[in-house]
Amino acid sequence: MPSRPGGDGGTAMIEARELTKRYGDKTVVDRLSFTVKPGEVTGFLGPNGAGKSTTMRMVLGLDAPTAGSVTVNGKAYDRHAAPMHEIGALLEAKSVHPGRSAVGHLTALAQTHGISRKRVDEVIDLAGLHSVANKRVGAFSLGMGQRLGIAAALLGDPEVVMLDEPVNGLDPEGVLWIRNLLAQLAAEGRAVLLSSHLMSETAQIADHLVIIGRGRLLADTTVEAFVRETGTGAVRVAADEAARLRELLAGPDVTVSGSTDTELLVTGLGAREIGRVALRHGVALHELTPLGASLEAAFMDLTTDELEYRSAPADGRSAR
Amino acid sequence: MSAIAIERPQEGAASGRTAVKPVRFGRVLLSETTKFRTIRSTWICLSLGLVLLGLFGSIGAFTYDGGGAAVTDGPPGIAGRPLDAVSLALMGLSFASLVVGVFGVLSTAGEYSTGTIRSTLAAVPKRLPVLWAKAILAGAAVFVVAAVGAFAAFLIGSVGLDGEAIALSLKDDGVLRALLGAALYLALVAVFGVALGALLRSPAGGIAALVSILLILPGLAMLLPDSWYDTLNPYFPSNAGGAAYALTETSDRLSPGAGIAVFAGWVALTLAAAAFRLKKTDV
Repeated sequence: MPSRPGGDGGTAMIEARELTKRYGDKTVVDRLSFTVKPGEVTGFLGPNGAGKSTTMRMVLGLDAPTAGSVTVNGKAYDRHAAPMHEIGALLEAKSVHPGRSAVGHLTALAQTHGISRKRVDEVIDLAGLHSVANKRVGAFSLGMGQRLGIAAALLGDPEVVMLDEPVNGLDPEGVLWIRNLLAQLAAEGRAVLLSSHLMSETAQIADHLVIIGRGRLLADTTVEAFVRETGTGAVRVAADEAARLRELLAGPDVTVSGSTDTELLVTGLGAREIGRVALRHGVALHELTPLGASLEAAFMDLTTDELEYRSAPADGRSAR
Repeated sequence: MSAIAIERPQEGAASGRTAVKPVRFGRVLLSETTKFRTIRSTWICLSLGLVLLGLFGSIGAFTYDGGGAAVTDGPPGIAGRPLDAVSLALMGLSFASLVVGVFGVLSTAGEYSTGTIRSTLAAVPKRLPVLWAKAILAGAAVFVVAAVGAFAAFLIGSVGLDGEAIALSLKDDGVLRALLGAALYLALVAVFGVALGALLRSPAGGIAALVSILLILPGLAMLLPDSWYDTLNPYFPSNAGGAAYALTETSDRLSPGAGIAVFAGWVALTLAAAAFRLKKTDV
């Protein structure tokens, strides 16, 4: 596999270049370029209808791009001799015949790649499906269907793992399981791509973020940088002398807003600096809380203009 | 990365933990066998086909009273045919052809309606091997079942026809050929179903097309002007295929060999269209 220049040392596992998909005159994915690197979890974020699933289908060659290209480990997916060893994917949950058992489904998939029955049992155990392995998939809950999809994705011991909304339908235990599993897969040096429409949930798992809206790339950054750049790190301060404190804190990069007489929302200064100013001037504080960036809010800000399906505001006014 | 390099071999090397082999046609065939085996509808369709062939054929022979000279009604291919021991044995063939056709349709269209097709094509991104494997397996399975059914119906039926003027044995002219022809016809109907299901990607659409083409088209063709009808009629799929399992050749039908070849041509054409759609379009 060719090593990619400038890929900070690692081989690019998934590389999309100017990837475009149009249905008629509707552009679902629009000149999208991004890279998913080994050893880290990349969160693929966007509101519903942003083009995440379409992009993932193009990675697997299920949909053909209108223009541009996407490669997995340096080659188009269908040019690999053993594709399930290159990338394992969970697309929509339950892409399984409801009349077939989990064992039947996984065995049929395994046989295409000469994978042993032992490995089938391994992934069944890994996904916690042991007790229902011989039951008809049609009777599975959404969460069990997701676990089966993840078992199928891991069957070929792939170098890249790509999961479309894996936590959908999972209970809290399942969500935790996914988080640990993905962290472990990345620690083993695999590339993990994980799509979601929930920023807060993704930020807890991902190292890197690829954010899209209406098929276009909006941000390609690390979680840390995203928090730093968008999240302003506001601090909530409560003090009896709020008005005086507001004057004391004023500065060129500092914004102070306050909704009540005793509470301020300060951006541009850390809790530490605010505490020092208050001490120096003898202002008694009864609350000093760094709010951190509200990731969800930052994500909303970023994607608001790109929403495919926008709900009308409750008061009936037009959104624009 | 360095700490985990032991567990995960360097790129390009095969994985140290799970042996993964390249996708080959034999492996796809094995995988599709598992898929057929692990679905209930396979067993329902195949046993129903067997029962329809065996049971109807036997009943036909046992209720034969020597009176009527020809089957007066029934589905195309049977109606109007001079009654003989083979056509009695194949009384259930039209119904069986629907059942095995549905079996074929479900094997491909069912993958689309359930979403399985995405798993399947992610495992076999070259796509076409999947279609060939399904066609081969459906055809082979139905050939075996239909041969068993047809021979059973004939042999059981010959007990009922014992002493009747139309009684025949397997050694008589054309009997073996007609019974094997019936099995081959049904096998091709199953492949036709596979192709229609893959082409239309919907169980309902595939089954409707199958029934229309095999059973309704020949009747509808009677609306054509007589001269056209006489020319075209032998070439309709089910009429052409019917020549393969008729005991005697008649002037309004193709010869058995030509008949099965024409039907196989229809099936091949549909399969080619299905292959084209599978290869070229998104799923």
